[in-house]
Amino acid sequence: MICQNCGQRPASLHYTKIVNGAKTELHLCEECAKEQGESSETEHSFMSAAGGYTIQDLLSDLLNMDQPSTAGNAEKKQPKKANRPLTCDNCGLTYKQFTKTGRLGCAHCYHAFESKLTPVFRRVHSGNTNHTGKVPKHRHEKLHAQRELEEKKRQINILVQNEEFEKAAELRDEIRTLEKQFQGREGDS
Amino acid sequence: MASEHFFSEAISPWMQEGPGPEGDIALSTRIRLARNIEQYPFPVFASEEASATLLRYASSTLLNQSEKVGSLEALNMNELRPNERQVLVEKHLVSPYLIKNTEHSAVLLNNDESISIMVNEEDHLRLQCLSNGMQLEECYNEADRLDDWAEANLTYAFDERLGYLTSCPTNVGTGMRASVMVHLPALVWTNQLSRILPAIHQLGLVVRGIYGEGSEALGNLFQISNQMTLGKSEKDIIEDLRGVVMQVIQRERHARESLLISSRVKLEDRVFRSYGILAYSRTMTTKEAANRLSDVRLGIDLDLIKGISGNILNELMLLTQPGFLEQYAGESLTQEEADIRRANVIRERIKLEL
Repeated sequence: MICQNCGQRPASLHYTKIVNGAKTELHLCEECAKEQGESSETEHSFMSAAGGYTIQDLLSDLLNMDQPSTAGNAEKKQPKKANRPLTCDNCGLTYKQFTKTGRLGCAHCYHAFESKLTPVFRRVHSGNTNHTGKVPKHRHEKLHAQRELEEKKRQINILVQNEEFEKAAELRDEIRTLEKQFQGREGDS
Repeated sequence: MASEHFFSEAISPWMQEGPGPEGDIALSTRIRLARNIEQYPFPVFASEEASATLLRYASSTLLNQSEKVGSLEALNMNELRPNERQVLVEKHLVSPYLIKNTEHSAVLLNNDESISIMVNEEDHLRLQCLSNGMQLEECYNEADRLDDWAEANLTYAFDERLGYLTSCPTNVGTGMRASVMVHLPALVWTNQLSRILPAIHQLGLVVRGIYGEGSEALGNLFQISNQMTLGKSEKDIIEDLRGVVMQVIQRERHARESLLISSRVKLEDRVFRSYGILAYSRTMTTKEAANRLSDVRLGIDLDLIKGISGNILNELMLLTQPGFLEQYAGESLTQEEADIRRANVIRERIKLEL
């Protein structure tokens, strides 16, 4: 069978579409099928719900939701002209460009768009707005030490719960030394 | 050329170590860290010039220090042929995104291909560690070490409140994506997966097809990974993911057992039909190959088919991808030619086992 679309290559994809009771049969070659219906192909796939609509799409939608009906008010926008569009003064990216792509232009964008981004973080990261994980050692020494201290305190609780008192005592001494160092450093600055 | 093996060998050395923990269902584990370098604009909106500078700076700095993490080799995307790039994607050594913008992008790989550092992906650096089976902790420790090493040589864009700053705000915080690739034929057949998926999503985890975001689930292979990157520490993210993946694995094992009890003949029929088709067919699409291979792999795991190594699924899934077929053919192939070659590769590979 020859592809219905290009009439040249042999058809390798055969499918039947039923829309409101009307049945259509399609016979396409791989290439035409790709062109025509990347979407219809994925519609049937198992992953479409999770995969087709990416997290970036979701983000983009969330961001646009935050700008109430700018489209409808396009004509009335004139009086607001004095209000320069929200722009990152480091890289020049506008907030609007960001909402289109879901990508920021530079590290400074996080500060430039902070007021808009915080509610988005809440939604995307389950209400969290603060990082609690790893801290780079060499530029953020103080915070790194602080996190290390917190981690050790967490461990000590686990050790006590498991009644491993000897190990807990060792860790306590370690924590004390670290705390002293830490306070010493605080005093310096 | 020294880097030839990156393209000619389908199975990365790290995969050859055997199945790894929970290897009957968990095929591989991956940790990816997104990092950017202070003062440089993020790749997506960076000018040609800025991208070129960043590429030169980052790859030379890291290559100079690379003896500390085992020797790394840099491959510039614009120096590779299109199907060589495709092969790297199929081996999960680079992302599909990296090969879309090839002008100023590169990947640094170690010898056994367990480490890959992408430069100028969506972020300046994407550090990635791969291992076989289910090894989240081990894999994270490896990535953590790699990250410490990179950070000792480059200054990251990091904010004390928000963490590692990434081009897309959905990665900010840890910048980490941890994922495990699992083979779930029994859960798919019995329609249980569609019931489990919503629960997994509610826990802030995502399930995707094997080539990542937006890709289809081929051969009943799924990647389960974390979505949230802000507010939880790396260790907690990994611990939560581990818990969920282990549960999914248990359920798959359970579903396999009950299939064996309730519909053994049907199961055997399906497995052996697929085996026969793989052994004798003359043309085969990627999709069919993936599904048949999944059946055969299940048959091997359940001891229905004897004397064939379980690795056949991982290996043939790669060998039958379009990039690999073209790589072996040494020329570009039409869909039809590729389907014929795919059937050949599979037949020959199965003959080797007999």
